[in-house]
Amino acid sequence: MIRVTDLAVSYGAVEALRGVSFEAETGSVTAVIGANGAGKTTLLRTISGLVRPKAGAVDLDGTHLVGMRPEDIARHGIGHVPEGRGVIEEFTIEENLRLGALHGKQSLKAGLEDQFDLFPVLGERRRQPAGTLSGGERQMLAMARALIAKPIVLLLDEPSLGLAPIVTADLMRTVRELCESRNLTVILVEQDAMSALKVSERAVVLHVGRVAAYDTSDVVAADDDLRRYYLGIAQ
Amino acid sequence: MDAFFTSRAISDLLVGLVSGVSIGLVALSLVLIWRSTHILNFAQGAMATFAAYCGMSLLSYHVGFWWCFVVAIVAGFLLGGVTERVLVRPLYGKPEINPIVVMVGFLFLLESLIGAIWGTGIRAIPIPFSFIDWQLNGKTVVLSPVDVFVIIGAGVVTVCIAALFRYTNLGLQLRASAVAPEVSRLLGVRVSRMLTLGWILSSGVGVIAAILFACSGGYGAGLQPSMMEAPFAIAFIAAAVGGLDSPVGALFAGIAFGILQSFVDDYMNLNYSLMIMLGVLVAVLMVRPQGIFTKPVARRV
Repeated sequence: MIRVTDLAVSYGAVEALRGVSFEAETGSVTAVIGANGAGKTTLLRTISGLVRPKAGAVDLDGTHLVGMRPEDIARHGIGHVPEGRGVIEEFTIEENLRLGALHGKQSLKAGLEDQFDLFPVLGERRRQPAGTLSGGERQMLAMARALIAKPIVLLLDEPSLGLAPIVTADLMRTVRELCESRNLTVILVEQDAMSALKVSERAVVLHVGRVAAYDTSDVVAADDDLRRYYLGIAQ
Repeated sequence: MDAFFTSRAISDLLVGLVSGVSIGLVALSLVLIWRSTHILNFAQGAMATFAAYCGMSLLSYHVGFWWCFVVAIVAGFLLGGVTERVLVRPLYGKPEINPIVVMVGFLFLLESLIGAIWGTGIRAIPIPFSFIDWQLNGKTVVLSPVDVFVIIGAGVVTVCIAALFRYTNLGLQLRASAVAPEVSRLLGVRVSRMLTLGWILSSGVGVIAAILFACSGGYGAGLQPSMMEAPFAIAFIAAAVGGLDSPVGALFAGIAFGILQSFVDDYMNLNYSLMIMLGVLVAVLMVRPQGIFTKPVARRV
């Protein structure tokens, strides 16, 4: 389980997160939703150590992550697929995956087989530069690269960005299956609030850096005020 | 056939190749640093010279040439690592002019230091290879055992560097840290360690290039405090022409410029070679600002 307690982050005078607290249960999907500028990406970047919080704590199964370097947090089992996917375009698909597997808990061969089973298209194009992949394929590669290290927690930042609805639906289905089959904990940041609520057990609604709501996804999805005021979804 | 190997053109080609491979190595060392830290190391030549002096000064204590060679390379590794940690690291994220000023200052500091410690005169190196050119049926082929040593030495270094980057996990991490430092950190790569390693490697390659220059006598036999200034200038132009992001481009451009210089020196005038190289640089940058060998990344549209 990953627990975030009273997290506060500032960029100079601007407070990006204030008193953010929530828990993500092992083997569950927790959606983090909210309007642009709500602090969703900052939250993920703080969990993975790219941003130093002003106050608060992040605990992964009893290990305090705040203050650790991102590379050490990654080695503790936090996989982060950043906004924009972050695939290395100059590298082939296989090189991207090799990089992900370097500090993982399984052999490269087993890891590659595992990921090519999950995303067969990557296996067919393993020697192709990542820069030539489509948006959906890049998202698959970014996820596979994070998963090959066998993380305990997977942070997904806007996986649906720029993807066709059908591709997004496939990705969300894959996320759901990963949680169930591998007991993976997923924290999913999404602009597309309804997609995220459908796939998740719990949801954190962020509004200008504060937690506006934290409940089961069904409750959040059914709350008309939350939908209208914080998520911009008309009834 | 003998006439062919002893012809003026082939002689120029061989002379150019010998100096070109060393220029290519210096250019490669510049590219290694540029790719990882986006800093142009103006002190690269002086660092290489300083480390070469450190190793070769042991000759005075009757240490053999090859041991001195190894000590020089180790000194280069240390100097590269310490420079990155102490001098360069505080400059990351600062305005681009800061590292330029600091590295130019470091260049002068090192050259002064070399002069103060070892003197400013030429320090001869007893190379275990002959300088005497081979003969072919009584005619001279402009190639000596020491030239072959320089070419093979540069070739071995190039192959080792290429293999390191292409086939090893360390090379993969070095490349990843250079092009995508944040993503690399998210994947558990210790990027700051990789940056230091990049400087260590680059400095080691620079020292080998400096010793090869000293051996070939292309810019004065033996070591001198400012011996790498001219090769550095040419290597810098070569790296820019080949593409600052392309190790292969830097090597090829270095060799091409060595050969070009040899032909210009022979057929035209010694003073023209740098001018022509700068002309090539301007022409290439106007047509391909990223350099000849730096490819645009392929994208699906």
